[in-house]
Amino acid sequence: MSTSSVDALATRLRTELGPGAVVTDEAARRTYECDGLTHYRAIPELVVLPDSAEEVQAVVRGCREYGLPFVARGSGTGLSGGALPVAGGVLIVTSRLRRILELDLRNGRAVVEPGVANLAISQAVAEAGWYYAPDPSSQLVCSIGGNVAENSGGAHCVKYGFTVHHVTGLEVCTSDGELVWLGARKSARSVGYDLVGVFVGSEGTLGIATKVAVRLLRRPEAVTTILAAFRTVADAGAATSAIIAAGLTPAAAEIMDALAIQAAEKAVNCHYPAGAGAVLIVELDGSAVEVAEEEAAVRELCAQSGSFELRVAADAAERAEIWKGRKSAFAAVGRISPQYIVQDGVIPRTALAEVLAEISALADRAGIRVANVFHAGDGNLHPLVLYDERVPGEHAAAEEVSGAILDLCVSRGGSITGEHGVGVDKAAKLPRMFTADDLDTMQLVRCAFDPAGRANPGKVFPTPRLCGEAPRHRSAGDAVEQAAQRAGIEAW
Amino acid sequence: MVKTVQPSSAAEVAEVLRDASAAGQTVVPRGAGTKFDWGDAPSTVDLVLDLRELRGLAEHAPADLVATVGAGTPLADLQAALAGAGQRLSVEVGSTAATVGGMLATGEGGPLRVRHGTGRDLLIGVEFVRADGVIAHSGGRVVKNVAGYDVGKLLCGSYGTLGVITSATFRLHPLPAARVWVCRTVQTPQDIHSLVGALLEATVEPTAVEVDLPALGPGTLAVLIEGTAGGVTKRAKSCRELLAGDVSTADTAPPWWNTYPFEPGDVALELVAPVDALHAAVYALHDAAGAAVPVRGSAGAGVVYATLPGSMPAGPVAAIVDAVRSVLLARDGSCVVLSVPPAMRGAVDLWGPVPGLDLMRRVKEQFDPARTLSPGRFVGGI
Repeated sequence: MSTSSVDALATRLRTELGPGAVVTDEAARRTYECDGLTHYRAIPELVVLPDSAEEVQAVVRGCREYGLPFVARGSGTGLSGGALPVAGGVLIVTSRLRRILELDLRNGRAVVEPGVANLAISQAVAEAGWYYAPDPSSQLVCSIGGNVAENSGGAHCVKYGFTVHHVTGLEVCTSDGELVWLGARKSARSVGYDLVGVFVGSEGTLGIATKVAVRLLRRPEAVTTILAAFRTVADAGAATSAIIAAGLTPAAAEIMDALAIQAAEKAVNCHYPAGAGAVLIVELDGSAVEVAEEEAAVRELCAQSGSFELRVAADAAERAEIWKGRKSAFAAVGRISPQYIVQDGVIPRTALAEVLAEISALADRAGIRVANVFHAGDGNLHPLVLYDERVPGEHAAAEEVSGAILDLCVSRGGSITGEHGVGVDKAAKLPRMFTADDLDTMQLVRCAFDPAGRANPGKVFPTPRLCGEAPRHRSAGDAVEQAAQRAGIEAW
Repeated sequence: MVKTVQPSSAAEVAEVLRDASAAGQTVVPRGAGTKFDWGDAPSTVDLVLDLRELRGLAEHAPADLVATVGAGTPLADLQAALAGAGQRLSVEVGSTAATVGGMLATGEGGPLRVRHGTGRDLLIGVEFVRADGVIAHSGGRVVKNVAGYDVGKLLCGSYGTLGVITSATFRLHPLPAARVWVCRTVQTPQDIHSLVGALLEATVEPTAVEVDLPALGPGTLAVLIEGTAGGVTKRAKSCRELLAGDVSTADTAPPWWNTYPFEPGDVALELVAPVDALHAAVYALHDAAGAAVPVRGSAGAGVVYATLPGSMPAGPVAAIVDAVRSVLLARDGSCVVLSVPPAMRGAVDLWGPVPGLDLMRRVKEQFDPARTLSPGRFVGGI
């Protein structure tokens, strides 16, 4: 990847895409040096802002010809370094691809460009009473293309599922520069392998989504948001377990611990109940009768689990008030700590109390603080590991605790990431969950889509697989033998 | 001679595949065999890999709503075991004797797909054996997990051409406290079109919206409503009002519920269309066949099944399928011929156009370069 090939590509793309779409100025390129995970940085050699799928294709074809790696970037809100540029490579930014191409409510679908913000889809159909279900906390700005790459979740996926359950079709630009439609625009499914299923969540390593077909849902008739305060996180966890055990499927079940509450209070004045060691936010949605029945059940179960104060949002404004603290939690932690690591791990929900106690012990031993915010309904933890880089050794201690938390998750049969992705950050941790054979097998998919490894290289997998090496080759003699057997075979 | 082997562990499956692939033999996996005639006939079969010994609930964590099950376990057995804990895997499939692995490998879905999707949507982890005998996994045992590629999704609906599923982990749902079927008599595809459109626009929140249109006489639209007792009563009432006409309510499913309109020996069709265009496909089918053709399936999801007599010559069958495809293709739909009688094999294109076929071939080439697994059974001769 010599500078001269990048220069040649830049010159060509200026002609093909227009000079405004090509960024070579170093200061301008530097603004793309990281995504939401800011401690990994690399300056891309070239930044391109295509305005259509065909322009994405032109860039990718150029990368193929010049042998350059490329990385796609949406809004740059990712938390695992998935959009970290490759130094010397090309960064393809989808921010100009913001058109909603089609809204088809009769079939409950929208077809959008990858740079469209997650929330913009819901906003476009809100008046008609529809919405797009996956709701990552960054939904105001995060792009749907990024959601596809990361298989993003959100607070409501405990009931409604993740991006992969809501994307039915994709137009994809492969690393060869071919535009291919995978899956269905308007139907339940298409014919052949479920390539959409494996593309979603592949973190940009299989190509770039250039159009996305998403399912839209009818807004539920009723929504109730309940805020229950507990003395301890264990009590809040027990309440969540009781709710699930009662056969209820809340639309969301979120817990914040005392430290997270303290941060949120400082940042956004959310006025959560004083003296709370933990708050549990439960949202119920569906038909009005059912939501009312379930609300009564949740009140009862929270009280039985030791809730000392319970509030129910009377309207949308009060609901927003309850959510304000939760949605701002990550950023709010900045008010109580100069630096922090946002971790993302998953455990079986039933191990919650135990694992939180262990996290707390880990933190105590290391002499640092951990604030906990998590999707309690599905056991997705977001420990926020706090540190001050001016204090010698604290950053290292925080990194160690953060890593140990993931080990804890894996040891309980969980996962090193529930929604933020592996990216560059956790590639080295992937072998804790998967065998070498597992990872080798996953990379067979990579080899099918991107044998040259040009799409987002260095992400997800700790060790890239050489695509030339087929698992096992068969000799010509075998083929002859096979033909003989074929002749003798019975009709199927 | 085709030989059948019945391994009883993933390690044994691996051994069979290692040996078969070293010997250049071809292998076709099977479960209960309910869909053994689906897809194209494999070009060669040396070994049939019968997976029914890989059965049983390996793990059920009721409080986590997660279960791991051997691929050869009959779905009905799994449901019975889960029901004991007040839970279910939220799929029903028309081949009621099917194993979990067979259901996944053929991408078979049923009425609950309107609310819950198919096995693909509920699968959170999978163990499988590659054509070369390597045991691999993806996903895990927790509901939320984005670590690594989701190879399980790729195996779903792959007809045993990429790997042999040996074990599956699913997210479960609580059994609903109450269930009610609201049934309405319908006369034409147009009736169904209007009613389904109105239902999906309303907030009835059906779990399933099924239709049965026999060749003769009126048909039925059946809406399954699940939830709390009070909620179901209320939503069933709105549903009845919405459907108007000849409506009845029952706490058991109509007799045709979750059954296919075809039997072994028939030409079995699957029509997939945008919900809003399903009626156009059904009219096209009737027009091309020159008579009403029995149709049954998930009108609410745009996936229905139809049948043509197995005695019909291949030429007219192919012509009917082509006509339906041309209507569906213009509307982002598809028509797959799930099964044809043995005499018709090779004479009818079962799949129609396959977008992304080139990539699919490349996937097959990576997973099974020697074409050991079910060669020729899937799209494009894969």
